[in-house]
Amino acid sequence: MAILIDKNTKVITQGITGKTGQFHTHACAAYAQGKSCFVAGVTPGKGGQNFEGIPIFQTVAEAKAATGATASVIYVPPPFAAAAIDEAVDAGLDLVVCITEGIPVRDMIRTRYKMRGTLTRLIGPNCPGVITPDEIKIGIMPGHIHKRGPVGVVSRSGTLTYEAVGQLSALGLGQSSCVGIGGDPVNGLKHLDVMKMFNADPQTEAVVMVGEIGGSDEEQCARWIKENMRKPVVGFIAGVTAPPGKRMGHAGAIISGGKGTAAEKLAVMEECGIKITRNPAEIGKLAKSVL
Amino acid sequence: MKIHEYQAKQILRRYGVATPRGVACFSVEEALAAATTLGGSVWVVKAQIHAGGRGKGGGVKLARSVEELRLHASNILGMRLVTHQTGPEGRIVRRLLIEEGAAIRAELYVGIVVDRDSQRVALMVSSEGGMEIEEVAARTPEKIHHMTVDPMSGLSGPEATDIARKVGIPEPAVPDAAALFQALYRAFDETDASLIEVNPLVLTAEDRVLALDAKMNFDDNALYRHPDIVAMRDLDEEDEAEIEASQFGLSYISLDGNIGCLVNGAGLAMATMDIIKLYGGAPANFLDVGGGATTEKVTEAFKLMLSNPRVQAILVNIFGGIMRCDVIAQGVVEAARQVELAVPLVVRLEGTNVDLGKQILAQSGLPIISASNMADAAQQVVSAARGGVR
Repeated sequence: MAILIDKNTKVITQGITGKTGQFHTHACAAYAQGKSCFVAGVTPGKGGQNFEGIPIFQTVAEAKAATGATASVIYVPPPFAAAAIDEAVDAGLDLVVCITEGIPVRDMIRTRYKMRGTLTRLIGPNCPGVITPDEIKIGIMPGHIHKRGPVGVVSRSGTLTYEAVGQLSALGLGQSSCVGIGGDPVNGLKHLDVMKMFNADPQTEAVVMVGEIGGSDEEQCARWIKENMRKPVVGFIAGVTAPPGKRMGHAGAIISGGKGTAAEKLAVMEECGIKITRNPAEIGKLAKSVL
Repeated sequence: MKIHEYQAKQILRRYGVATPRGVACFSVEEALAAATTLGGSVWVVKAQIHAGGRGKGGGVKLARSVEELRLHASNILGMRLVTHQTGPEGRIVRRLLIEEGAAIRAELYVGIVVDRDSQRVALMVSSEGGMEIEEVAARTPEKIHHMTVDPMSGLSGPEATDIARKVGIPEPAVPDAAALFQALYRAFDETDASLIEVNPLVLTAEDRVLALDAKMNFDDNALYRHPDIVAMRDLDEEDEAEIEASQFGLSYISLDGNIGCLVNGAGLAMATMDIIKLYGGAPANFLDVGGGATTEKVTEAFKLMLSNPRVQAILVNIFGGIMRCDVIAQGVVEAARQVELAVPLVVRLEGTNVDLGKQILAQSGLPIISASNMADAAQQVVSAARGGVR
């Protein structure tokens, strides 16, 4: 099992001829069953060519029709990335993973509005992607630190997720799936959406939830967990030391009007029965303690 | 990106938002000339800095004569204005806005922000003008009226009229107020703003609505399509180190502590600051070198951290992942040599080729303390900073 993706998922790379698209498509195809998963690329104007044997199409719709792909990953530059998401949604893909960082919020508001009523799930933007260890990785995370197992990971960050995963694997705890939902204020799947999937996934026995300052997604997820979650959840929130009013790298990581502080999030999570740590070096240990 | 009040009003006027007439000034002479241009006998002298709370800090004064205007303008220009948003060090005032006075009957608040929960733009209007919206929200939340805007159709006339009535605007002024709300929304949408605040929006004795104050912030990711707004940037209002960092694609924020941190990734950078604090230290900065940490970037990052005289130790925390640790180690060694590093340096590397990376650090001859994990790194750097002499 696992969530969102497995070895049978067929993936289109949007922006496959760019430097980033090439680098990561190569790495993803080389990971586990990736060779059979990454079946198509899209770059307008380059249809008919191929990248390392992967055929390139003019549009997502063509790529889907020719290969039966149901997912895409986007490495398109920020000014065009929201339109790339729209195209994937219009083509009726089940899952779109947008890696691109720096998409204007106004574009994402429109894209999310257009997605209402569709069945497409969006991960990101500004995220590392999603991985089901030993089967498939869609994104930019280092595959080798992952290990197949019972822990689900959901996080708003990139390298901090790798840190958490690295700790889990070092303790012998594998992961069912790891989902980086991204650091932008207007995005696709939230902690809550991913948590529901982990709750329903038989392989997942516990979940690591990594959040950061800004917004209230972690609190909403925590309240749902309190009422509905049948599996233990452990959590960490980055940014206890972040000053208010300053954007901490991620567009969405900002304490504004006194809201979205790490202390507030940690308090709500604790209230809702989530085991939290304030020490990012102990995320793995904490997960081990609940299994 | 932030801009000044007078610049925000320039933009808003283009969208049809009524504001008092005013002139931006850089000297007392210009202020006096502005009063002549504006005419009348009452003017408002307003300090222009990128922070709120200017009135309480003494940065906004009413002048009832030319003599008073001269006095206020010369007192405010060059003053160190301290408000609850500037921090104790305050800001030097370099620009003034001279405006005509207005006969105020009532003060309201209008704010437009991105509402993350609904993933739409939200309009907030409150009858409590002149107060901070957070304060009103905490004390009398019923006075705030809030609605989210359909991104495709925008703020409609009936919606704008409805919210104007709800907030208690007298009937003769409702059409004006509704038009102003619509204009504000259009300005927000078309300029890729991240925040508009008009506080206060005033109702005049003649039932006109005027934006007495205006604040606009913009989405940095969308600035590429607004060169006219980028031209309004005032570097005097920004932290020097942060400006320099942005030129090298580094994300840097100054903090109060004495431990410099260099990290790849924003979440890990925050977590690194947090763990330093947890082990009894204090971070001197947030610094995310991003994904492709080249030698040049790392060198610039070291220079930035060391430009802060408080820094007594440095922690480099890199979870390489796909980045190769040997390349990063090489970058760290070269950077440390170039800047003649005189403070203790703790390095924690993880990822591809980690052993080779550690070997490069060890063979560099530099006094680099190698840490095995994040907790070890934090403990080492906190103790190094305590014993650090510089």
